[in-house]
Amino acid sequence: MSTSHATPRETTEGTVYTVTGGDWDEVAQAAAKTDDERIVVNMGPQHPSTHGVLRLILEIDGETVTEARCGIGYLHTGIEKNLEYRNWTQGTTFVTRMDYLTSFYNETGYCLAVEKLLGIEDDIPDRATIIRVLLMELNRLSSHLVCIATGGMELGATTIMIYGFRDREMILDLYELITGLRMNHAYIRPGGLAQDLPPGAVDQVREFVKKMKKNMPEYDKLATGNPVFKARMQGVGHLDLAGCMALGATGPILRSAGLPHDLRKAQPYCGYETYDFEVPTTDTCDSYGRFLVRLEEMRQSLGIIEQCLDRLEPGPVMVGDKKIAWPAQLALGPDGLGNSLDHIKNIMGTSMEALIHHFKLVTEGFRVPPGQVYTAVESPKGELGVHAVSDGGTRPYRVHFRDPSFTNLQAMAAMCEGGQVADVIVAVASIDPVMGGVDR
Amino acid sequence: MSEKSNGVNPDKDLNAQNLPGMRGDHGDVVATRHGMFGANNGGDTSGYGGLVRTVAMPGAGARPYGGWFDEVADELEGALEEQGLEPGNAIEKTVVDRGELTFHIAREHLLQVAKTLRDDPALRFELCTGVSGVHFPGPESKGRELHAVYHLRSITHNRLIRLDVSAPDSDPHIPSVVPVYPTNDWHERETYDFFGIVFDGHPALTRIMMPDDWQGFPQRKDYPLGGIPVEYKGAQIPAPDQRRSYS
Repeated sequence: MSTSHATPRETTEGTVYTVTGGDWDEVAQAAAKTDDERIVVNMGPQHPSTHGVLRLILEIDGETVTEARCGIGYLHTGIEKNLEYRNWTQGTTFVTRMDYLTSFYNETGYCLAVEKLLGIEDDIPDRATIIRVLLMELNRLSSHLVCIATGGMELGATTIMIYGFRDREMILDLYELITGLRMNHAYIRPGGLAQDLPPGAVDQVREFVKKMKKNMPEYDKLATGNPVFKARMQGVGHLDLAGCMALGATGPILRSAGLPHDLRKAQPYCGYETYDFEVPTTDTCDSYGRFLVRLEEMRQSLGIIEQCLDRLEPGPVMVGDKKIAWPAQLALGPDGLGNSLDHIKNIMGTSMEALIHHFKLVTEGFRVPPGQVYTAVESPKGELGVHAVSDGGTRPYRVHFRDPSFTNLQAMAAMCEGGQVADVIVAVASIDPVMGGVDR
Repeated sequence: MSEKSNGVNPDKDLNAQNLPGMRGDHGDVVATRHGMFGANNGGDTSGYGGLVRTVAMPGAGARPYGGWFDEVADELEGALEEQGLEPGNAIEKTVVDRGELTFHIAREHLLQVAKTLRDDPALRFELCTGVSGVHFPGPESKGRELHAVYHLRSITHNRLIRLDVSAPDSDPHIPSVVPVYPTNDWHERETYDFFGIVFDGHPALTRIMMPDDWQGFPQRKDYPLGGIPVEYKGAQIPAPDQRRSYS
């Protein structure tokens, strides 16, 4: 017996090989000895090209995938349940961790739902809404960059991976400047924002837009017209409009099937109806079309970011209602944490009532009238829906996230069955699932 | 405290004359609160410890609902009637709240209503955004503890509606809408996994997030969150579900 890692085991379902890499020859030889052509391959949950802990169960006949199934749930963290034990404001800290590549969409979707329950949608200051849009569009760029970068890497194109992460790094630096964190920001809060933009942020975002506009053509040069890239992507992961509708696929997948459905246009929120942008589509229904849609959406996002910067006027970033608003005029303290010195001076030195109010707001939270709402935002991956139910208490009674990755991943089987094993990777990459969002 | 009469209570004495104003049709009562602050551990020192209030979800609306809501309601009722189904039997009530339209559907008619909503050209809700479960375990909600909530989007008409279907804890069965909206395959598995709602007719209703051999349904309200107390220097913070709460 050899010393390989692939010691075969006999089970009731047949011989099981555990492949860890480098031992393919042995497995192929052993498999060739058996008469049974049917092989079930378990890809994942730990595999670099399955986007986190996604498990693909592929039944293959030679190189052809005859059946494909997904196993999910390996990153389930019970965020929806945990939310029910925190107050409404603390909820943003949890939801930002769901799909960790689209944090600002989770936060905005959640906050729009809470604000709708409270009935204060019209009271949100313009500056807060514009900054939300600005951050969401930056987030669309960074999410699409990850999709294109990792998608390229999975095809073996490491250059595009390096370029994508290089550009994303610039956006993460902006997040760090604005929110203090590169990921998991909890910056958008019910009623507005945690704090205003720091000095110099607008200039830095402008600088970024300039750089990014210069870098965008590099993706075209590297990938768009590249014959190898096209050969791997064109006609792979096919899902037409009827399939998208039946399977509930939204976002770039739906737009690659030719339907210009974008919630920013169809059901505008955060004032998107006042911004000037296009909804790109292709009619190829394949991975290449989705790549083109994402690339064009990035260009449109840069345009929206510029419009946001032009619109920013000084003003408050939190609703005026002190029963809801946490202090949002924070300054950096010597300990590196944000604090509002004026507010502390007021509650600790001047007004006992203000102290009581602050204590109650922070420990107890605010009450939200009973009812249920559904809000949806167009995340880079599709329709991100939030179903929030309140029972009149200070904590969410139930919050459900309709994560686009979760729904879109169902289309994997339809895209992969009948294709080649190598194309499964391309198809899954074109769905762009993030397991943090799928499993929540 | 004894119940002393301090005049007319419009919530209790609905036939009394000369009221300051009726508060309208209340929706389903989902909880009862005691005391001033809603804290259920520790004493209520506010002096309002005997206060009892009920929490009700928004109640059924009356025509006109406003905007395109009436059109959708008319079309749906008309289409159901054409199929020989009394609309009043299928649609238990219609709620308009916060600019959203909700149809409460009797579970035995859910599949037919969903098919009508999808296929009728004047309705055409072609996209279902999944199902979300809600659990109201209190005695106030007896017989309708479990809710399955569907949001349907019409891209053709650019509309969004909600279907709310309830089932009792003792008989947690709701028909599956997968034959009409295949996208609900995973969504129904998720709701089954977390709430134990059995979607009859689903092609393979198994757990999707939790391990296959998991016991219980984690997002039901009577399922504890769990967790252990956290020790800090000089203080011990209880687990999240053991902390004082005000709701």
